[in-house]
Amino acid sequence: MVNPQPTHSSHQSQPGETPLDTRRITQSLDEGNSSSRRQLPSGFILAKRYEIQEVIGVGGMGSVYRARDLHFPNIVKLVAVKEMVNLATDPEMRKAIIQNFEREANILATLNHPSIPRIYDYFSQDDRSYLVLEFISGKDLEAIINETKGFLPEEQVLAWAIQLCDVLDYLHNHNPPIIFRDMKPSNVMLNFNGDVILIDFGIAKIFQSGVKGTMIGTEGYAPPEQYRGEATPLADIYALGATLHHALTKRDPRLEPPFSFAERPIRKINPAVSAEFEAVINKTLEYKMEDRFRSAAEMKEALINVGRKTGILNRLPTAGLQSTTIKPIWTFTCEDEIRGSSTIFQGILFIGSYDNNLYALNAADGKLIWKYPTDGGIVTRPAIYQDSVYIGSGDARLHAVSIRSGKVLWTYYTKGPIHSSPRIAEGHVFFGSDDHCLYAVNLNTGRLTWNIQTSGVIRSTPFIAHERIYVGNESGDFYAFDFRGEIKWRFTAKRGITGSPIVVDQTVYFCSLDGTLYALDALHGWLVWRFRLGKSSVVTPAVSENIIITGAADGFIYAVDIQNAREVWRFRTEHQVSGSPTIYRDAVYCGSADGVLYCLECRTGRLRWKFATQGPITGTPMIYDDIVYIGSSDRNVYALFA
Amino acid sequence: MLDAFRRLFQRRKTAVDVSTAPLTPDQLEAITGTIGPRTDPPQLIAACGQSVGKQRDLNEDSLLAITATLAGNTNFLPFGLYIVADGMGGHQFGEVASNAAIRTVAGSVLRKFHPYLFHLNSEVPDESLQEIMQIAVAEAQRIIQREAPGSGTTMTAALVLGQQVTIAHVGDSRAYLLHSDGRAEAITRDHSLVKRLEELGHLTPAEAEKYPHRNVLYRALGQGDILEPDIFTLPFPRNGFLMLCSDGLWGVIPEPEIVRIVQESATLQRACQALVSAANAAGGPDNISVILVQLLT
Repeated sequence: MVNPQPTHSSHQSQPGETPLDTRRITQSLDEGNSSSRRQLPSGFILAKRYEIQEVIGVGGMGSVYRARDLHFPNIVKLVAVKEMVNLATDPEMRKAIIQNFEREANILATLNHPSIPRIYDYFSQDDRSYLVLEFISGKDLEAIINETKGFLPEEQVLAWAIQLCDVLDYLHNHNPPIIFRDMKPSNVMLNFNGDVILIDFGIAKIFQSGVKGTMIGTEGYAPPEQYRGEATPLADIYALGATLHHALTKRDPRLEPPFSFAERPIRKINPAVSAEFEAVINKTLEYKMEDRFRSAAEMKEALINVGRKTGILNRLPTAGLQSTTIKPIWTFTCEDEIRGSSTIFQGILFIGSYDNNLYALNAADGKLIWKYPTDGGIVTRPAIYQDSVYIGSGDARLHAVSIRSGKVLWTYYTKGPIHSSPRIAEGHVFFGSDDHCLYAVNLNTGRLTWNIQTSGVIRSTPFIAHERIYVGNESGDFYAFDFRGEIKWRFTAKRGITGSPIVVDQTVYFCSLDGTLYALDALHGWLVWRFRLGKSSVVTPAVSENIIITGAADGFIYAVDIQNAREVWRFRTEHQVSGSPTIYRDAVYCGSADGVLYCLECRTGRLRWKFATQGPITGTPMIYDDIVYIGSSDRNVYALFA
Repeated sequence: MLDAFRRLFQRRKTAVDVSTAPLTPDQLEAITGTIGPRTDPPQLIAACGQSVGKQRDLNEDSLLAITATLAGNTNFLPFGLYIVADGMGGHQFGEVASNAAIRTVAGSVLRKFHPYLFHLNSEVPDESLQEIMQIAVAEAQRIIQREAPGSGTTMTAALVLGQQVTIAHVGDSRAYLLHSDGRAEAITRDHSLVKRLEELGHLTPAEAEKYPHRNVLYRALGQGDILEPDIFTLPFPRNGFLMLCSDGLWGVIPEPEIVRIVQESATLQRACQALVSAANAAGGPDNISVILVQLLT
């Protein structure tokens, strides 16, 4: 899989013939690698940690395996193990190959993008080196092209193209810039959500401007200048164009003369493709670099415009490639509805229920570890500090419970049911109560440090930032207190504030029953902007980069630009959105009173998958290590693959 | 009197960090960064520069800078309003339009904040910061169309309140964040034909530089029936500067040069004068206006 790249020292020893040398090494290894006996057998345990399951790919220098990480004994965590067998006899070359391998590991380790596999580990044993990577279950684009009868739908290719531009833009703007140099269908994986993941960074090159790089790349996809030994971001854009041309026409450029795309006009071969899309691809495949798009970002913009003009992106199947229905990893049934949210800590999931119990479940298999009974229904989210879990209950008490034993440590009585979740900071637990008070209780002793009477019932969960405690109440007042309990500022909405606030940078965001998403200056309380929702909202918003996500009783999940308060997208569910969103990587997870948990793409609002429960979802999904935990009014806790 | 001195003295003593451990990255940055020791109270400071340039007889640019600091026991409150407007040449009364723009916008914004800043029982404005800017721009649009029909102006305004900057922008004057690491980040998008052509890919940046109709705007205050300003809010750059300027500066001096001049100047005032001088030295083809703002915390 890893194409070797000679280092400069090997250049010097064999001047002038660099590209040929490279190929020769690959071939000699291919021949040496032809017997399968050197592949690791299934069941083999590598580095006392990775149990090999099966070979999922064979490359020039070794195999790629699917393996299970045995450091997670309770769950099946799959990884991809990429092997490189170093058979070079020349010590310089051996060194070069290992350096190249380590370079791939180092490049991957610095990258963080949804379309780039995460690296977990790398190591060498004897004459083999291994990369341990995120396992992507899906298919590569080459296989998809070959297996598809007829042509791939244009909208599907366009959606992939936009994602590929996005990841190329990320690489090219990395510091220092990275040229992928081997864009081709077999290096593009599509997972079961239909999302693109770029694999094989073996020859990715950190770009030094003005420096002529070594010619490595896949013939047929590489641009003219790459053959002259130049690799720039424009080369990746050309190769992307070649990949898209291949995907739309099913004509493999490796079987055609180089740079002959103009002789195979896309629409002549596949008339279903729009003229707009063809024009963008043609521009990427211009012979002269200066006639192409100048950046992946520019090409992406052009592709998005194609989508806008032709409207073809609206034809996208909502669930991508996913065909099977989502099956939970496990479910756990309580004795009554679950209205609240869960917390995970050291492999234990904590969740309260209307059946009065706080449950501690094994997050891996959903088995009950203990349950702790209170005297009222629980809708709050547990908070953890050291060895204790803290939970408010409808019995008017805050309970501190030992994580190990599930036994009570202390309880604190308020004068009303508790619907506001506890927050922990500065040795105290902060929470509100239906008795109108905000409480600060000492974590160790369970004694009151202070409480403040506000103008109404507090069901919103306090948020702590900038040494301030932010909380709203049912009378529509929103407060910023300091740690001594003094009011720093107050803001009044037109109706109650049930949802909880969040603070990002200098701004605090919350929703109100008056149907507004508010953005307030966190230090002084000025209104920075407000956004009208279709109806009232009890949702706690979530923020990802420049987008804030919330929901409302009109059934929509909204995404709003955090700087200019403009709507980015909205997604319709079948009932009120009273569950709050969680953002994990590039996706939004949000439940609705229609009983469905939705997974939407953050930037576009496109549905990736949904999972139907038998009752309204009012809690916030908890996501940890690619697993979503959600409770439903159907009494069940579900664990699902994110 | 003596007690007061003693208090002062003691307070200062407790504020001194006497640790001898290796410096943390933050401490190092405080020493090596552009910012000196901590400022109490945090202060908003601003300076500006303006010149008719070398090739025009008339100054059609207008600028406005208001800086207020309210500090006391209750709350520290920096408030600033900064506007650059570049009246459109070739139209009559470009200078009238730019003058009307800065005065109308500032008047409208200050009226909203007067009860909040200067009344004893401080009243928070009903509208959001972005709504206040929106209203001010709409008012300016109305006034310009009434007072100087047919004229037009660019307008880039920054309202600084606490640590937030709210920008309202029409045309091709620009707001920049000059970061402490030397980056100049243009946070506004020019509403100009040449920029649009560049965005659409019809012009390369190199071609755009030589494009003959660089001054053609497709959106300007006073022009058209419906005006949609760009309005957005972002945090004030830490250890950096906010800069507003007309194209007489940004179109003449390359961005790295702007950053270099600002970083090498001892004060904001000198930086502004040096920027204006540099633009004039480069030919001074157009009116030059610049405002630099810094938040010392």
